[in-house]
Amino acid sequence: VERDFTKSKARWGERIIEGSLFLAAATAIAVVVGIIYVVVSESTKFFSHVSAVEFLTSTTWTPLFDNPQYGIAPLLTGTFMATLVALAVAVPLGLLVAIYLSEFAGHRTRETIKPTLELLAAVPTVVYGYFALLFVTPLLQQWLRPFGIELPGFNLLSAGIVMGLMIIPYIASLSEDAMRSVPRSMREGSYAMGATRLETAFRVVVPAAVSGVVGAVILGMSRAIGETMIVVVAGGQQPQMVLHPAQQGATVTAFIAQVALGDLPFGTLEYNSIFAAGLALLVLTLFFNFVAFWLQRRYREAY
Amino acid sequence: MAATDVGPVEGAPARGDITAHPPGLAARKFKDATFVFWGILATVIGLGTLIALVWDLAADGGHRVTADFFFSFPSSEPAEAGILPAWVGSILVIVTTALFAVPIGLLAGVYLEEYAPKNAITSAIEIAVNNLAGVPSILFGLMSIGIFVQILGNAARYPDFIPEGTREAMADLFGQSILTAGITLALLILPIVIVATREAVRGVPQEIRHAALAVGATKWQATNHHVMPYALPGVVTGVIIGISRALGETAPLIMIGGLTFVAFLPITRPGDATFETIGVLDEYGAAIDPTAVETVRIPHDGIVVLPDFTEQAVQAGQVLELPHGSTIQSVATWGDAAMTWLPGHWLGSEFTVMPIQMFNWTSRPQAEFLEIAAAAGLVLLLITLLLNGTAIWLRYRLRKAIKW
Repeated sequence: VERDFTKSKARWGERIIEGSLFLAAATAIAVVVGIIYVVVSESTKFFSHVSAVEFLTSTTWTPLFDNPQYGIAPLLTGTFMATLVALAVAVPLGLLVAIYLSEFAGHRTRETIKPTLELLAAVPTVVYGYFALLFVTPLLQQWLRPFGIELPGFNLLSAGIVMGLMIIPYIASLSEDAMRSVPRSMREGSYAMGATRLETAFRVVVPAAVSGVVGAVILGMSRAIGETMIVVVAGGQQPQMVLHPAQQGATVTAFIAQVALGDLPFGTLEYNSIFAAGLALLVLTLFFNFVAFWLQRRYREAY
Repeated sequence: MAATDVGPVEGAPARGDITAHPPGLAARKFKDATFVFWGILATVIGLGTLIALVWDLAADGGHRVTADFFFSFPSSEPAEAGILPAWVGSILVIVTTALFAVPIGLLAGVYLEEYAPKNAITSAIEIAVNNLAGVPSILFGLMSIGIFVQILGNAARYPDFIPEGTREAMADLFGQSILTAGITLALLILPIVIVATREAVRGVPQEIRHAALAVGATKWQATNHHVMPYALPGVVTGVIIGISRALGETAPLIMIGGLTFVAFLPITRPGDATFETIGVLDEYGAAIDPTAVETVRIPHDGIVVLPDFTEQAVQAGQVLELPHGSTIQSVATWGDAAMTWLPGHWLGSEFTVMPIQMFNWTSRPQAEFLEIAAAAGLVLLLITLLLNGTAIWLRYRLRKAIKW
């Protein structure tokens, strides 16, 4: 029997399967659109009552008062202060760990320590909140008292420190990956010139891996900005302009969670205000995601 | 090239003495060794945090982790409070999460690796997946309030062409329910499952696909029968990590109204008392139409309490005419209980989960509540570490077992 093998059969089963696979993948786009749609549409209602100028310039955030004021600045200072403290802890520690594991440690040490450290990122954040409030804060209070600093029970310092410990694995693991992908020949060139491991690490490997390292730091930062439970539990919930880390203060995320913990009064200005705060958070996160992406493009070293 | 001998320089080491050459080597080597110390110190601080966490929780609440703690409801009396509704709620929410996240994430990952053409839509999907991984979890909560609670949880906001009964039934399932919580967490961990699937599928060598296609398999047959079995362990690792993340998430569930104090279970246990009320009651618990009666077939042995509070023992199979406002009270059998374990029964129910329960106790000022918060945290932490440990072990086994 003569059969025409050039004609492609319409395989409906295959087509249907491919269609459902595509739909599953398209869910990701739907979620992004969903988040942007909800946050923007509810914020629009907020901004029809509160001017964007007041939102951006006022330095008081008191949505629950009789004469409510809606300036995002106190929440942003809270977020930035907590993030700054977190980075001050996580960047040096994370990079030290990354360089140590990539350039100094043996294979077995690396293969054991790396996954164990990654457990730090897996700990539920509410557990970290408890740890910050009831372990780190009392410890810091005890240490700082001799210096005449009275640390309040809720403060952004211990929340930030614990957040920093949480993001160590993001920074260490991703930086280490970037450093490991620097070709061996570059290290060997450096050793052949008589450089020590330390000199090779800082003058050859880190500069070559800088895009990955910066990307890792920004990813960790983005985590810290979006972190909620640690600051809700340990950072305090009173929005105020935060000038130093020993203060208590509310972050953007803490404010959103705090309003949601009460009975959410759907449709009110207070309800819409959490979406306006959410919009600020979304813009910040997307901005840093974009910066990380751009930096990695800009400084990518191709081997 | 002629070597120019400049002769011995003042202060320089004697020729041939390589240990003292070049100058400053000892200092540089010392710095090198010092760095090892700092590197190890930083690592120890990281690992020490883990140990301090477990130690702190165990010291504060370890003595409260008893069988009673697992099988009691929360209470205003900290000595009697337990985490029963919390862990039951966590399991139900996680099952729902997995039901959505695993198939969608798996199929999406396979699509992106095996099927996706190089075009704008594919790169849009990839950008979406990468960005979702970096979106703060609380924003997923905001999205869920807007879509699943406010729109889908509200029958009045459904389009008219859906029959009214269906509208009501769907609105009951959404709202501040286990279904909403499960879907929210599923969307949250979707990028984790997708990325893990992609990596696992990418790791399967091309030859396997070619061999299958060469003997006449269709693309799906090649993927499903030949690529997936090898990719599966990698996918499972990603799913475990995703599930462990979902288990510890608090913020998005607070957003969609996870309860902070729960004195009921969404499912029934064998031996629990069950109450079935006849007719529709008003807010004070009285029948709206006290004169109405209904013919009821008694499902189990128990008692019937009439509206005037007289009790009457009844047996299974009896057919009675009961006035509205009566309740049939009986003890759930294994069969009754198992019926309530079907998803249809609990998906629309309100809920609490372990991390919300812990958060609630942490925010109380009394020291006794902090103790049980630590106990709940210890349980949560150990489960998370166990899940992640399993994932790490799987990944390790995988790397050892398969060498292409």
